[in-house]
Amino acid sequence: MPVETWLIFILGFMILGSIIALELKDLLSAVISIGIVGLGVSLAFLFLQALDLAIVQFLFEIFALIILVRAFIGKEYHIQEPSRSHIVQSVVTIVVLLLILVMSINMFKALPSFGHPIFSTAKHYVENGGRETGAANIVTAIILDYRAYDTLGEVTVLFTAILGALTILRTKKSNGLAGGDNEAN
Amino acid sequence: MIVYILCFTLFLVGIYGALTKRDLIKIILSLGIMGYAVNLMIILFAYKEGGSFAILVKDGINSNMVDPLPQALILTSIVIELGITAMLVALSIRLFQKYKTFDITKIRRLSG
Repeated sequence: MPVETWLIFILGFMILGSIIALELKDLLSAVISIGIVGLGVSLAFLFLQALDLAIVQFLFEIFALIILVRAFIGKEYHIQEPSRSHIVQSVVTIVVLLLILVMSINMFKALPSFGHPIFSTAKHYVENGGRETGAANIVTAIILDYRAYDTLGEVTVLFTAILGALTILRTKKSNGLAGGDNEAN
Repeated sequence: MIVYILCFTLFLVGIYGALTKRDLIKIILSLGIMGYAVNLMIILFAYKEGGSFAILVKDGINSNMVDPLPQALILTSIVIELGITAMLVALSIRLFQKYKTFDITKIRRLSG
């Protein structure tokens, strides 16, 4: 089968999985259903010949699942708030989003068609990357040599986010998540 | 082109969840879905028909290669998404400790 057919199949599966994840009442099932979407993205990256991305996406999915399950599936957290159904709100949102989808079809016609990238900036990297950087993997050559400042910024953002999360979670020893970890030490 | 439309539909499902759901965990999941859709869309632009992975097999030019630049950019984006998810989870845990609920309408009423 051609790549496009596989991608259509995977994308349909992912859309189904995301709708199920959003509509389920049980939060543990919803968190696990979101794994369908993440692993589907990983599989799609494999079909699109992005090997590094497939590995990173797989790891990201596992870490995100661990974080979400660890944070929310305890005590009384897993009970979703009983909420009155807002039929009007949902219907209006769906109609507006469908309108956006229909109107955006013209935009997708203007884009370069699937399988024919523009490939203008990357031409220099592909032609000279092996000679200039000595890396066989062009993706590695780009993130660690041509765009190393970008990677430095990424590390800074990640560090800041982790620092922010730890600062938010920091509590007194008597209560909260951090307290339990401190007692173990 | 149908692949682009399906990918955009996935993004719209994420927007739908973020707009209509009132549970904080569902909103975090919706933001995750939107992130997946955007990453996948940019990699879809990079695919070349019949192309192979962006690794030089032997000395010289591997002429039949997918576009490596979007792959490098999305590698950055995925890692940052993990940081964002961890930050959102931390914020919602603190909100739960303060208000004892994940319902955003109740949280708004209590703070005002």
